Amino acid sequence: MTAVWITVAVLTVGTFAAKASGTLVLGDRELPPRALNVTALLAPALLAGLLVFETLGAEGGGLTVDARAAGLVAAIVAILLKAPMFAVVLVAAAAAAGLRLFT
Amino acid sequence: MHQDSDIRAGLRAGLPLVLPTLAIGISFGVLAEPVMGSVAPVVMSITVFSGAAQFAALTVLTAGGGAFAAIAAGMLLNARWLPMGLAIGPFLKGGPVQRSIESIAIVDSSFALASRGDGTFDRLKLIGSTLPQGAAWVGGTVIGVLGGSFLGDPQALGLDAMFPAFFAYLLFEELKDRTRVVAAVGGALIALALLPFTPPGVPVLVAAFAALIGLKRTPAAAR
Repeated sequence: MTAVWITVAVLTVGTFAAKASGTLVLGDRELPPRALNVTALLAPALLAGLLVFETLGAEGGGLTVDARAAGLVAAIVAILLKAPMFAVVLVAAAAAAGLRLFT
Repeated sequence: MHQDSDIRAGLRAGLPLVLPTLAIGISFGVLAEPVMGSVAPVVMSITVFSGAAQFAALTVLTAGGGAFAAIAAGMLLNARWLPMGLAIGPFLKGGPVQRSIESIAIVDSSFALASRGDGTFDRLKLIGSTLPQGAAWVGGTVIGVLGGSFLGDPQALGLDAMFPAFFAYLLFEELKDRTRVVAAVGGALIALALLPFTPPGVPVLVAAFAALIGLKRTPAAAR
C-alpha cells in the first residue's frame, strides 16, 4: 500500500508542476508569431498522437489491434455522417462491446 | 486581441464530454480498486487529475511494479503538459499562484476546445469546459470503486473505446486547413512508429513535434 500512496503523492506534485511550469516561466509574455504557428498546431498533432496511443496501445506497452480499433472505425463513420459527439462516443462503445460479445 | 468567451460557453462546450469522462472514470475506479484499495483511486482522481497518467501508473502497479516505475510511467504521459502549458500559459491570468491553479484546468479535450487555431487560447473556455469533466472524472472514479462488482467488466461494455472516439471527434473539428491535416497525420505517424518500441507516453510526447511544421508557415496573424 505504501507504493500506492507514494505514487499518488509524487504524481500529484509532478502533474501539477508539469502543467504550471509553462505559465510560471512565461508569465503573460506573448509568444512570438513563429512560436504561435507552432502552438496553433499542437492540438491536432497531440490529438492524433493520443488517438493512436489510446486505440492501438497495448497494456504495458507495445502495439495491439483489438475491439477499440473497431470502435474507432465506427466513430469515424459517425463523425463523417455529422453525428453529435454524444452519439459518436456511444456508437464507438457499442461497436467495441458488440465485437467482444461475438468473438 | 480576442475576447474570452464567458465561462458558461465553456461549461456548455464541456458538457458533451461528461458521459465519456464519467465512463472512463468508472473504468479507472473498477480497475484500480483491487490494486489500490477504495480510497487512493478517488484521492488520485482529485489530486492528480490526469486520466492517461493515472491509467499508466495503475498499469504498472497492477503488473506488480514498484512506486518508482509507476511514477515514471505516469510522468512520461505528463510530459505533454509541458508544451501545452507553454502554449496556453500566456493566456492565463493573475499572479503566479492564480496562474498555477488555473493551469490545473489544462486537460487534452479542453486544450483542444480552447485553442482558437491561430496559436491563441480562450482561458474561460479552458476552465469552463474542464469543470464538468473534473466532476465526471471524480464522480466516475467513486462509482467505479464502489460499484465495480455490479458493473462487471468495463471492457465488455466497450467503455475503453469511448476515449479514442472522443479524441477522433475533437481531431476532426480541428482539421480546418491543410497545415493542420499535415500536423495531425504527422503526429499520428510518429506515434504509430514509436508505439511498438517505446514506453507509454513517449509516442504521444514525440507526436507533439509534428507541430514544428508551423515554423515553415507564414505568421498566423498575417492570414
